[in-house]
Amino acid sequence: MYFGVFFALLVGTGLTVYAATLDLGRYNAAVALGIATIKATLVALFFMHVWHASEKLTKLVVIAALFFLLLLLGLTMSDYATRMWS
Amino acid sequence: MSMSMTTPILQPVERENYLNKEYGVWSWLLTTDHKRIALLYLISITFFFFIGGFFALLIRLELLTPVGDLVQADTYNKLFTMHGMVMVFFFLIPSIPAVLGNFLVPMMIGAKDLAFPRINLLSWYLYIIGGVMMLHCMLTGGVDTGWTFYAPFSTSFTNTNIIEAGLAIFVAGFSSILTGLNFVVTIHRMRAPGMTWSRLPLFIWAHYATSIIQLLGTPVIAVTIVLVAAERALHLGIFDPKLGGDPLLFQHLFWFYSHPAVYIMILPSMGVITEIIACFSRKRIFGYHFVAFSSIAIAVFGFLVWAHHMFVAGISVYSALVFSFLSYAVALPSAIKVFNWTATLYKGSIHYDAPMLYAFGFLGLFTIGGLTGLFLAALGIDVHVTDTYFVVAHFHYIMVGGAVMGYLGGMHFWWPKISGRLYPEGWARLAALIVFIGFNLTFFPQFVLGYMGMPRRYYDYSHMPEFQVLNVLSTAGATVLGVGYLLPMVYFLWSMRYGKPASDNPWNAAGLEWKTASPPTTFNFDAEPVVTWEAYNYEELDAPHKEGVPVAR
Amino acid sequence: MHDSSTTVVHERNGEAHAAHNPALLHHFAEPQQQRDAASLGMWVFLATEVMFFGGLFCAYLVYRQWYFGDFAAASKSINMGLGATNTAVLICSSLTVVLAVWAAQTARRSLLVGSLALTMLLGLTFLGIKGIEYRDKFVEHHVPGASFSFENEPIPGHPGQYANARHAQMFFSLYFVMTGLHALHMIIGLGIFLWLLIMAWKGRFTPEWHTPVEIGGLYWHFVDIVWIYLFPLLYLIDRHP
Repeated sequence: MYFGVFFALLVGTGLTVYAATLDLGRYNAAVALGIATIKATLVALFFMHVWHASEKLTKLVVIAALFFLLLLLGLTMSDYATRMWS
Repeated sequence: MSMSMTTPILQPVERENYLNKEYGVWSWLLTTDHKRIALLYLISITFFFFIGGFFALLIRLELLTPVGDLVQADTYNKLFTMHGMVMVFFFLIPSIPAVLGNFLVPMMIGAKDLAFPRINLLSWYLYIIGGVMMLHCMLTGGVDTGWTFYAPFSTSFTNTNIIEAGLAIFVAGFSSILTGLNFVVTIHRMRAPGMTWSRLPLFIWAHYATSIIQLLGTPVIAVTIVLVAAERALHLGIFDPKLGGDPLLFQHLFWFYSHPAVYIMILPSMGVITEIIACFSRKRIFGYHFVAFSSIAIAVFGFLVWAHHMFVAGISVYSALVFSFLSYAVALPSAIKVFNWTATLYKGSIHYDAPMLYAFGFLGLFTIGGLTGLFLAALGIDVHVTDTYFVVAHFHYIMVGGAVMGYLGGMHFWWPKISGRLYPEGWARLAALIVFIGFNLTFFPQFVLGYMGMPRRYYDYSHMPEFQVLNVLSTAGATVLGVGYLLPMVYFLWSMRYGKPASDNPWNAAGLEWKTASPPTTFNFDAEPVVTWEAYNYEELDAPHKEGVPVAR
Repeated sequence: MHDSSTTVVHERNGEAHAAHNPALLHHFAEPQQQRDAASLGMWVFLATEVMFFGGLFCAYLVYRQWYFGDFAAASKSINMGLGATNTAVLICSSLTVVLAVWAAQTARRSLLVGSLALTMLLGLTFLGIKGIEYRDKFVEHHVPGASFSFENEPIPGHPGQYANARHAQMFFSLYFVMTGLHALHMIIGLGIFLWLLIMAWKGRFTPEWHTPVEIGGLYWHFVDIVWIYLFPLLYLIDRHP
């Protein structure tokens, strides 16, 4: 099973590089980050054993960290994204 | 009357406890006992409190007269900077968690120690290293950017030793992170059998919430300091407008931590106040779950409001609206707490011992500080009073009137447990009164000054000499406040030798920590407690005794 | 929280009675509690690391929005092939880490030692390739500072337009800080794994107790995850022809 995830990660890397060479306009970034997120999720769930974690607390810690990271990025961008509105 | 009058005196031969178990400097410097580490922190933060207080004294002396005649402008900049940095990072942030938290958290949950005792010791050493670096920075000229070290002044223009100050704060921040980590793991994993989440003292809930903030917020200022240091040392230009950087980005990253940091400073104090109010009203806390969840809510909401420090800095109006709204929302959980404390007092059997006097002081002063925060959250008002003494008064009401009062109240409340001695109650009440009077005399005039337009961080207000009267009052108050702070230092030390020995539970308070000896043994409990009662079971504790023995102990 | 039906009684000074795993520390009641505490501790620490790198990602996000074209030009000048190789190297090292943990769980000492050593080797490879990249940047005068130069680099997708050197320098500032901090974490990881390797070689890990391998592994995977995000963000901004 670990080898399955391993191959998926390598495939994902190749896919990311390939997709970067395509012209997807605004979606290049989204695709690249999307694949990266899938890879990161695979590493977390299976290599770091979050999927089989006996404690719900582990999952809560991961979600909390991501939540606060998104808060930092999102609320900061709320300033930058709206500066030109007025 | 003080409940301590009816407690029995201990046997003449001193039992083995955590203080006398081992003697010698190394037994302290290499200890892993959370109680000893708490005392190491106590000594260290008291030292830094005096240093920060010394700078405050110089500031207030300068402001006695409208002209800048005591120190030069650059020196004054250094004074308020060092006052802020030392007080925030080396006194307030550690204070209650590192002293009272370290001492009490394991005992309150029925554990023998924190989850990671060696990391606990490491966190003290990191604090000391950071402190030494900050001292060295001060001795080699200090820093003059304000404690907020905004770019690009801090990165490109100042000649002072920002990198050293920054690294000192970085190291101290790591200490803070490790303390938070220890508390979170301890509270999750080390609770005694029967100690469910709903039976935890609210002091624990408060420290849990504080730890969340320490863990998730501090790393952001840590990386900001790294960026500032890199910019200064390597000329990278991340915040430098000349290279296309945005100074506001610095402010976003700085305040993302520094706003939640103020909740790191106040939440533990709220936890202390909760314990004190319950004990000295002899009542269960009203709305236990509301108070518990409001602590968590403050921790989470506290991360949503940081840009209210930047309303006039150049952020977009729409963003400012959002942050203003959120800043009103963050006041709600704090208000819930104030209502619950008040409801606890209602029809309680109030005892006016020194800890309770500090709690009353806290209730009033924190409320004023919090409400003035709401004034500041209103965009229209903030435009006029930002960067004036109004803001200075607001945050001192919360940090000194709130956090420090809680710290002092807690030190008095748990002093018998920590030292095995009773402090002199009469002197303690006098000191509490002096602190309260001195505090208000110092900081209330500052609200008026700010409203009238006196800017902060100015050493010369000769363009508005009518400010002098209020400034003189403020300085007079600061002197009184200083006396109020010195008194406990003196009588606490006195009590360690000459104070009356304390019984295990001189206040007849609820909580597992009071089931240990005073002072406790190294491993706290002789046998692991099994908890079968709810928190704040004051009805049982005060129930009529059968044959002189309390019914449910 | 451990089984509440057992009330563990210790002797007066808290010294536990005989017959327990020597790795059990005194303040814990049983090995499972100690294991759970260590695991939770590492996860919580990783959460702090998420926020630590998060600040850098925030800065990156802001400036990428502002200076997309200049960032794209700068990104094109770093070696995508080496970056992709490094990504593969770290993915392989995550696999070897997982193998190491499994080996510890199943008492396969030689596999454990081998996996740990291989992980370190891959980590060193990563750092080596990084070193080559840094050297390239130094040679091309793309290191921010007095000798920075980024002239006549076309903005991808905008023929005739050239990148603003100051804004490109912003990219490189972030590039060096982000990859530098990541590399620092790799070096610390190598230190941890060296210690694990030595302990494993001495046979200290058993199926009952191999917590350091597990939590060391968690740290390593996290460092891998950070790179999984750094790679597309830094190397693949606008690579299409």
